[in-house]
Amino acid sequence: MTIDFHYQLIDLWTSQSTSTDTRVNMAQERVTRKWEIFQGRNRFYCNGRLMTAPNSGVFVLTVFLITITSALFFIFDCKYLAENVTIAIPIIGGLLFLFTMSSLLRTSLSDPGIIPRATSEEAAYVEKQIEVTNSANSPTYRPPPRTKEVLVKGQTIKLKYCFTCKIFRPPRASHCSLCDNCVDRFDHHCPWVGNCVGRRNYRFFYMFIVSLAFLAVFIFACAVAHLILITKDNRQFLDAVKESPPSVIVAIICFFSVWSILGLAGFHTYLTTSNQTTNEDNGPQQVTMNSSEMPGIYRQTTETTESNAGSITHLVTSEQPLAIAPAVQLQRSLEDSQQYKSQPSLSHSPVYNNIIPSHQVPLGKSHSYADNLNSTIEKQIELKETNVNVADLHLDPVVLRENHILASISANNKFPDLKLDNDLTVQEKENSLLSASRLRLLQDTTMIESALDLDSLDDSSLGTNSQAGLMKVIV
Amino acid sequence: MSNHHNNGSRAGETEHMAQPQCLKVFIQRDYSEGTLVKFQTRFPQELDGRLERQVFETTINRLNTYFAEAEKASCSTYCEGCLACLTAYLIYVCKETHYEKCLKKVSKYIAEQNERVYEPRGLKLTDPSMRGLRVIEISCLDRPPNA
Repeated sequence: MTIDFHYQLIDLWTSQSTSTDTRVNMAQERVTRKWEIFQGRNRFYCNGRLMTAPNSGVFVLTVFLITITSALFFIFDCKYLAENVTIAIPIIGGLLFLFTMSSLLRTSLSDPGIIPRATSEEAAYVEKQIEVTNSANSPTYRPPPRTKEVLVKGQTIKLKYCFTCKIFRPPRASHCSLCDNCVDRFDHHCPWVGNCVGRRNYRFFYMFIVSLAFLAVFIFACAVAHLILITKDNRQFLDAVKESPPSVIVAIICFFSVWSILGLAGFHTYLTTSNQTTNEDNGPQQVTMNSSEMPGIYRQTTETTESNAGSITHLVTSEQPLAIAPAVQLQRSLEDSQQYKSQPSLSHSPVYNNIIPSHQVPLGKSHSYADNLNSTIEKQIELKETNVNVADLHLDPVVLRENHILASISANNKFPDLKLDNDLTVQEKENSLLSASRLRLLQDTTMIESALDLDSLDDSSLGTNSQAGLMKVIV
Repeated sequence: MSNHHNNGSRAGETEHMAQPQCLKVFIQRDYSEGTLVKFQTRFPQELDGRLERQVFETTINRLNTYFAEAEKASCSTYCEGCLACLTAYLIYVCKETHYEKCLKKVSKYIAEQNERVYEPRGLKLTDPSMRGLRVIEISCLDRPPNA
């Protein structure tokens, strides 16, 4: 359930000082932003503008490695080369470094395309709908089907139900076990950038990989050139090494990292041109779709109708990362509504002021139900009094209690085994059909997959505390 | 800080106590043309008698047009993307993308439709961007759930 706004009645006077947005204070309300009630394990910073995955230790290592190597390069090699060769070298190096760091930060601190979990109402509604199609006349209870078939461009595609998010995952979306979210067009969870790579940040990730490959090659070439230039004056190579040991260190770091980076850049270039994701490339079984038709379907069901959908220029320039846009919404809901309030054509309407705050947290259940009825007459400045009135109404508390029980039954108790979902390991969390193939895939040896493997082990050990994670986010 | 914590725990509490306060109808995405953002125009039977079929279809079609516009690649969006790439995507810090502008248009349209069409009928549309562009939520404000 999403509470987009709620009015802080009791704490009005105390919350003024802690509230972050002064504009909100003017409206005499405390705002709960979307990220504050976000149920995944991601962490948020800067009032929800930045987010990372829960364990971003490796990300710090990445930043550290790139920065240290580049710093050594700029201090020792660049100085020499700028004096003896050309001033262009530090300029190019600096630009490349800035580009790499910018795309790295962009990838790791922005939203990969998280699909927000269904509200409890929606989960109940979906539950009811699949019940109907499964009308059980037989005495034995049959759980409703957990896949939904949709037609995509004439081809049948199975959408799998995500038990954690309570939604039928859209095509190409997948659940990230580490962040505990469904991510649209999920590529992989990259520990190096400390975030998932999905629809919204894939192009940043791609630019990061490519620019890092260039940077690594560039730095390596410059460091070697530096060493060679020293040996030019009839000196031994060992002398050169003694004269500039940092160059040797830089060259060694670059030499070892450049191969994997180049491989990864090439791999993602291939994926982009064939319009696939890492997740899909790992094997057709792993994806949410019909296994046999998979690769073909992906090329046909591209996001855009453009003819260049699978090209690099398309990736770099397209707007697809914004197609599912929860991230901006994670913190924008407030600003937007403020904007509408300030518009003359809408501001006279008392109705719209109450569109977003559909659930007012401090009120009881019956109160908020009554409040919905009452919403047309309510204005924010008169909030306090109105709510006192609302509290006096007491509409049908008994009926609502029944509903509450029914809702909780349908939402939670109907599938008690599924409720333990969070406690299971990754493989079990995925549909059991997949687990064998997934396991096999995890044993593969490419870099990305081994990274995934580490993640899933990691996850199973701390898989139990998604609620704790939620509380952490809120606190 | 303690106050903030107070808020948080309360929000968390409602997470579990949450129950439908009114009947809600959810319009799902239509994937028949790929993963473009498009919503189903099939009229939900729960709204029978509350809302004219035509009005509903007009609203959804209009929303679909907005989303199609947002995802359409034109010369300007292409240039925008190139420029953003050249500036290492730093330009997005200060500039709104075409897509975000379209999303704002959607929100504005929904607000207007709510005011003019849906609120008088006791209904309320929720902006799909509040739900990750996955569903459009239509609440029947005066009908209890399971009615």
